[in-house]
Amino acid sequence: MTNQVPLVDYLVLGDDPHLVANECTACAARYFDRRNACAACGGIEFTRARLATTGEVRAFTIVAFAAPGIPVPFVAALIDCDGTSVRANLINVTPDAEHVRLGMKVKLATYPLGADDAGVEAVGFGFEPLG
Amino acid sequence: MASGDVWILGIHMTKFGKHADKDTVDLAAEAAMGALRDGGASMKEMGVLAAGNLMAASAGIGQQLQKQIGQTGIPVYNVANACATGATALRVAYMAVKSGEADMGLAVGVEKLAGAGLLAGGARKQDAKTWTPRGRYGAVAPVDGRVGTETMPGVFAQIGMEYGHRYGGTSFELFARISEKNHAHSTLNPLAAYQKRFTVEEIMNDVMIAYPNTRPMCSANCDGAAAAVVVGDAKLKSLDPDQRRRAVKISASVLTTDPWEEACQVLPNVNTLTRNAARQAYEKASVGPEDLDLVELHDCFATAELVHYDNLMLCAEGGAVDLFQSGATWRDGSTPVNVSGGLQSKGHPIAATGIANIWEVATHLRGEAGDRQVQGARVGLAHVIGLGSACGVHILERAAA
Ligand SMILES: [Zn+2]
Repeated sequence: MTNQVPLVDYLVLGDDPHLVANECTACAARYFDRRNACAACGGIEFTRARLATTGEVRAFTIVAFAAPGIPVPFVAALIDCDGTSVRANLINVTPDAEHVRLGMKVKLATYPLGADDAGVEAVGFGFEPLG
Repeated sequence: MASGDVWILGIHMTKFGKHADKDTVDLAAEAAMGALRDGGASMKEMGVLAAGNLMAASAGIGQQLQKQIGQTGIPVYNVANACATGATALRVAYMAVKSGEADMGLAVGVEKLAGAGLLAGGARKQDAKTWTPRGRYGAVAPVDGRVGTETMPGVFAQIGMEYGHRYGGTSFELFARISEKNHAHSTLNPLAAYQKRFTVEEIMNDVMIAYPNTRPMCSANCDGAAAAVVVGDAKLKSLDPDQRRRAVKISASVLTTDPWEEACQVLPNVNTLTRNAARQAYEKASVGPEDLDLVELHDCFATAELVHYDNLMLCAEGGAVDLFQSGATWRDGSTPVNVSGGLQSKGHPIAATGIANIWEVATHLRGEAGDRQVQGARVGLAHVIGLGSACGVHILERAAA
């Protein structure tokens, strides 16, 4: 297997790819990025919390016009993963309003972004229709 | 006049659109001098100047403006608060007068945006030669377009879709109909950047930007400026009857930011801070949503207008679709919204927007809105939101006599 690196550090690769969040030990607020302190309660201790790999589409848009260099169209969405909101693209689905629906059930999926000069492959994530 | 009230004495907005022959300072000067003239005041009487120009926020537009219209040595506050920059400038001048530090103050917002493309995002950089984690997400490559979208039309599309998911009743056509209303309104506003009426079919068949927002459903980038002179009670009493008659009372001036909520790290929540601002404003002004004769709200996208009906409590919670479908928000409805044409047709020169919407409301309260006058308007509300986020809500009332 080639050497792999995740697109973002909250994506965990391996046999069981999943997302993790930095969870405030005081109030359980979750963050994908590094925080100096909890925006909800001011706590400064965080643990890593595993997220559900399935969820429900709570909002989406089909971006047809993006900044130069970004392939379009693509589906950007807000996914509710068992109470934790996740921002991601919907992948492996036709990007039109007939195939993408509010409330649709989706699951985490990964895809290769390509290898760098050192032969390391970056891996991105999205959510695809469940079943 | 209750003691401690602050009033708009003079207010002005430039024509919105393309001003190829004018620079940012020209536009700011035109608006500022217009507001001073409108209020019968001079720069020498101003005790404070608050100014905003978001695209060149570090350039000191306030001092640049002083060089052109009057260097009187007064304190200048250059402000930047995304799309709420203009409302923030007005609120700074308001606070200076309210606190008694100044008898009168001037607030100015200006932007040159004609021909600008998508706001935010920016061209995606080439991927690096080696995947190296950077930034707070430890990302090895740019994430815009790979992990959702950073474009404004896409962000606000999701905000409208989320409302639809929660309460039902939304559709591509519904959002297009909201845009149809605002473009229809703009035909009566000679200062709007665009005054073209569109059919729903034309709106839906136009270029798709981020579903369900097509091009006419997005705010129009343009040039423009707006300015207001504010005055305190005591000073206003010393002015002549005509100035007093045209003065518009600022019954509430509120600025909020977004409190932490579960999903706010992945999709900006424009709802709670707007609802918080509206609640505070209604309480301060002792008026309710049912008292409003007109509302100018931040329709940066058609999808945004819908959620703000609810956030500003113009309807019961979850009732925004029904409110719109009742026709209430058209100019001849019970709560006219964006009779100016809104950001989609009047245009959105960012830092000017938060004062221009107050100009619109004030002009109706003075009975000076010409063909689009909302008859008998006595109370109005102006709302802006800047992502990040900041929300400004002002409630204005016509002078009693
Ligand atoms: Zn916390």
